[in-house]
Amino acid sequence: MLKLTRRRTLALMGGGLATLSGSKLLVGPARAADRITVLNWQGYGTDESWALEAFTADTGIEVVHDYFNSEAEMLTKLRTNPGVYDVVLINSARSQQAAGEDLLTPLDLSNFPNAEGLAPALRDNAYLKTDGTLYGVSWVWGMNALAIRDGMDEPESYAALAAPEYRNEVALFDDAVTMIGIGAFLSGQDMNDPQDLDKVAEQLKAMKPNVKLLWSSEDQWNKAFSAGEFDLSVYWSGAAVRSQRKFKLPLHFVVPKEGAIGWLDSLSIPATSQNPEAAQKFINYMIDPKFYVEWATKVGAPASANEKAMEELPADDLNREIHKPEYIETMTLMAPLPDDRRTAFNNLWQEVKAFYAA
Amino acid sequence: MPPEVGAAGLPATRRRMPPWLATAALLLPSYAWLTLAVLLPLTAMFVFSFLHATPLGNKPVVWTLEQYRAFHDQPYLLGVAWTSLAIGLWTTGICAVVGFAAALALVRATAGRTRETLLILVLLPFWTNGLVRVFSWTMVIREGGFLDVFVRWFWPSAPSLGFLYTTPAIVLGLVHGYLPYMVLTCYIALLSIDDAVIEAAQSLGARWWTVLFKILVPLAAPGLVTGAILIFVPVIGAFMEPRILGGRVGVTMGTVIEDQFTQAFNWPLGSALAFTMLAVVLAVFATFSGVLRRSAAT
Repeated sequence: MLKLTRRRTLALMGGGLATLSGSKLLVGPARAADRITVLNWQGYGTDESWALEAFTADTGIEVVHDYFNSEAEMLTKLRTNPGVYDVVLINSARSQQAAGEDLLTPLDLSNFPNAEGLAPALRDNAYLKTDGTLYGVSWVWGMNALAIRDGMDEPESYAALAAPEYRNEVALFDDAVTMIGIGAFLSGQDMNDPQDLDKVAEQLKAMKPNVKLLWSSEDQWNKAFSAGEFDLSVYWSGAAVRSQRKFKLPLHFVVPKEGAIGWLDSLSIPATSQNPEAAQKFINYMIDPKFYVEWATKVGAPASANEKAMEELPADDLNREIHKPEYIETMTLMAPLPDDRRTAFNNLWQEVKAFYAA
Repeated sequence: MPPEVGAAGLPATRRRMPPWLATAALLLPSYAWLTLAVLLPLTAMFVFSFLHATPLGNKPVVWTLEQYRAFHDQPYLLGVAWTSLAIGLWTTGICAVVGFAAALALVRATAGRTRETLLILVLLPFWTNGLVRVFSWTMVIREGGFLDVFVRWFWPSAPSLGFLYTTPAIVLGLVHGYLPYMVLTCYIALLSIDDAVIEAAQSLGARWWTVLFKILVPLAAPGLVTGAILIFVPVIGAFMEPRILGGRVGVTMGTVIEDQFTQAFNWPLGSALAFTMLAVVLAVFATFSGVLRRSAAT
């Protein structure tokens, strides 16, 4: 991996040198100015071809993409390829890490006209700031909470996951941060920094007689739910929309009284961007209600951080019904986790899983 | 490589290549490939297992032996390891019985075209994607799945026979995936047994079970052992079958190690666990290799 990256960096440096020396003679400098490179997950909004065509037609800026498969890979790409990227998608739990390594440019929201519609709680979120300076424009968000089969009583609390009426009828999400978060809610602790992990373990282990399945992909969830294997599950809000809309599964998404576990994806500009103005224009387009409504209704998208965009969705749009504005206030966002705490979470979840299996 | 290969292909009237050079030229591609594709990644993983955290980014590299203390610090891992070994033993055992019987039938009772066709049928699972095979089992053995539908055809009020998300489901999926190894190794071993030996035993009054256990099984033992090794080693590291067919009970060393790489991003712990398992497997083989050699000698 190291070798590849180094070779790649060398190639890029070589390419950079060639462009530098050639630019005076052959390539007009204007050409680089209207081209930006976006680093994102594949198929996650920024690379919709209809949107890029509209953006290029509007601004003359050409958009190319590079993709990552994990957040760690995204950070590695930012570190090892300076000057290559102009826009990068970063989860709010990682923003401070990237900003702390001087990988990002400070942002001024007055340069983003569409930012006025952003929900204040997301726009000014503390995780997007480092030392009081903003490094990311909040873009889309979602929640992990519960999904229940239609016709059954809505659970009021995550405690339903351990309640006797759901014996052998529960599916849990095979993810350490989410499950530790639920255990922390149930033991009255801070989801992002539970002090007493034993109490968290106790809450999670109490779910054992109910747990039928640990799911790790949407596809697996849909198949098992439609086969009637469980009635109550920890689930993603966005996936709940897709399961209902695409597969007509009889479920609804419930946010219990403890609140949902939230996540927020933001768009940032790398510190080494060669073209920050064009990058700003692109980010501004990404938070434009026009873009979002088309993305959400034609393709399917998470909830927009732009309240105006959510309001422009049809009133009966599932995405809008599930992602109620008040949840933005009540959900707890996943926080940046120090490495040792992340390891502790993972080890605890592994132990709980082994307990379920035994 | 091309120059040497070209030289080796020249007519003998030209200066001959020394034999060691020819050997080296023939061996080099595969050994170079093995070094590149197997040894280097394994060495890298071995080095990782002595680190404190995954070496990405600008974190300082800290050397430690703490990852190898995992079984001590997280004692539930012993239970997980035992589950993996039990699944491995069950799978290997069932494969041995079923595979040996199938190989025996192929060798003793079929010939020519029929045998070829039956052999290809045995190999068929190899040609389909493993994930597809496992997912198709979930449709068969879940409650209300094809198995239940089939049984209720004959007995409408039958209770559900679905056993998805249990250990037997995992073993079933693994046996399905790995059985061909056992059939093939036993088939080759049985093929080399001289018919005259069996005829001699029968003419001296040996019943079928005597022939089976005194002649066929001992003479085919190398095939059984090879098959068992080929199956046992990958099975205790399997993670796809336990995850999909095991549901809640599908926690094995394979899934724990996979989680360390894909979810927890703790490569050092994942590698340390993998190398610990490798050490256990090697120790098991080292212990039994003496026994096996003795039984093969007698």
